Amino acid sequence: MSAELDALYQEIILDHYKNPHHQGLRDPFEAEVHHVNPTCGDEVTLRVHLTDGPDGPVVDDVSYDALGCSISQAATSVMTDLVIGKSVAEAMDVHAEFLTLMQGKGTVEPDEEVLEDGIAFAGVAKFPARVKCALLGWMAWKDATTQTLTNGDDQ
Amino acid sequence: MIDGLLPDLEVVRKDFPILTRTTPAGLPLVYLDSANTSQKPQVVIDAMVDHLERHNANVARAMHLLGAEATEAFEGGRDRVASFLGAPSREEVVFTKNASEALNLLANTFAWAGEHQLGPGDVVVTTEMEHHSNIVPWQLVTERTGAELRWFGLTDDGQLDLTNIDELLTEHTKVVTLTWVSNMLGTINPVAEITRRAHEVGAVVVLDASQAAPQLPIDLAAMPEAERPDALVFTGHKTVGPTGIGVLWGSRALLESLPPFLGGGEMIETVTMERSTYAGIPHKFEAGTPPIVEAVGLGAALEYLDGIGMEAIQRHEQAITGYALEGLATVPGLKVLGPTDAHARGGAVSFEIDGVHPHDVAQVLDSRGVAVRAGHHCAKPAHARFGVQSSSRMSSYLYTTPADIDALVEALNYTRSYFTLG
Repeated sequence: MSAELDALYQEIILDHYKNPHHQGLRDPFEAEVHHVNPTCGDEVTLRVHLTDGPDGPVVDDVSYDALGCSISQAATSVMTDLVIGKSVAEAMDVHAEFLTLMQGKGTVEPDEEVLEDGIAFAGVAKFPARVKCALLGWMAWKDATTQTLTNGDDQ
Repeated sequence: MIDGLLPDLEVVRKDFPILTRTTPAGLPLVYLDSANTSQKPQVVIDAMVDHLERHNANVARAMHLLGAEATEAFEGGRDRVASFLGAPSREEVVFTKNASEALNLLANTFAWAGEHQLGPGDVVVTTEMEHHSNIVPWQLVTERTGAELRWFGLTDDGQLDLTNIDELLTEHTKVVTLTWVSNMLGTINPVAEITRRAHEVGAVVVLDASQAAPQLPIDLAAMPEAERPDALVFTGHKTVGPTGIGVLWGSRALLESLPPFLGGGEMIETVTMERSTYAGIPHKFEAGTPPIVEAVGLGAALEYLDGIGMEAIQRHEQAITGYALEGLATVPGLKVLGPTDAHARGGAVSFEIDGVHPHDVAQVLDSRGVAVRAGHHCAKPAHARFGVQSSSRMSSYLYTTPADIDALVEALNYTRSYFTLG
């Protein structure tokens, strides 16, 4: 019983929940989005700041203000660790890897090289009701990043 | 023994086969999510199976033995609903898909040409404690018609704030729609008084009885006319019946004055290429093949509840709710949202625990076999009123035992220790 719970609530997740990284809304930013999980009401407001790098745009900062459960809060915190400092292309690859893990119903073996603390969410994939929690922050980041790039193209 | 519990509680529990199942971990099931949906007694399951096995046909149009039997069974369900509500007439009982559809039927037909058509300058009044299904249809209709939607607020202890009732109920107020019992706060609203006041200004009163119908005796015919609502809705699956069927009761005067909602088979008198004329109530509002076996199941469900007695069920709910409120008060850091007097409230109790998100509460409880709901319970404005984004909710019913509550309290203490809150 407790083993099942422990598979979901890994120490890494509880640590990020209690001490979230990169929390708070900061300037500068090019796009701000607000995403909600309509089934439970969890919310995140998230800002993305991109800069130009040698291989295209780079994620310079991701800042956020979020209300939600331990899974959604920790996933957002881990996500910021994973994407900040990477090129947008690399970060999108990590996003795809995390999405594959979450949609794998517990059958996907996570790659720690790519996902780092994100591997702690492997257990979440076995709880279909919680997958949306783990993806809330990621979806907001992808949306804000896409908006930034699209707006950049327009200018 | 707690005063007020159903005397045959163990016998009642045996009527609900699902209560004997266990979780994959082998734990007994502690079902405390009845305000979300109730469990079904064997008689309901049997009535539906028997209908499908022996009497299945379409209703009101099949000119054969099975058609006659199916029609009789379906209309028998209507009779049972009428008797359950104490409806002045069985023809005032309209079957819908659920309570949401019943409310949408009303809200939509108030937008269309007719005696009750809403327009600019008109006011619809609802409350801040409504389920989204009694908010969104009225937001849609007021946006479409130019009418204004206004709200009764809430007091800090989770009651309706009636201090501005004279400002809200004026000659411009055409509809007053409110819940009898809150699905989040558990509050039982003073619906007789509000109905009387609303009728004084000529408004139509709609009651959402989705949480009231399972818990409170309802006798429409016995209500003084001034205090009787013009329409009342509830859903089958919260009253130990099946999903897929809801009820709109409307006074004959109201139903006859509203235009049809959905068009189709069964709701017509005659159809030509130029125009159609419509069936009388209730069929005017029942386009298409209705939920037949669901009506049979609902009839069996309400017969079951009446057999136990709604007064006895109400006493049981109050006794269990009182016991639950006492138990929840022993959990450190737990705060109940809504009234804390078991006699002034229904059996849905929402609460927060400092430091643990409701989603995580529900997850840990589930690992102990305890089923509760976590989230906004489709009542986001009520949560916003109390400055919370979501809550956990336990809700009992006629099969809930004090042992279920003990298991909840034990599991809540475990939840606190799991998240190392001491």
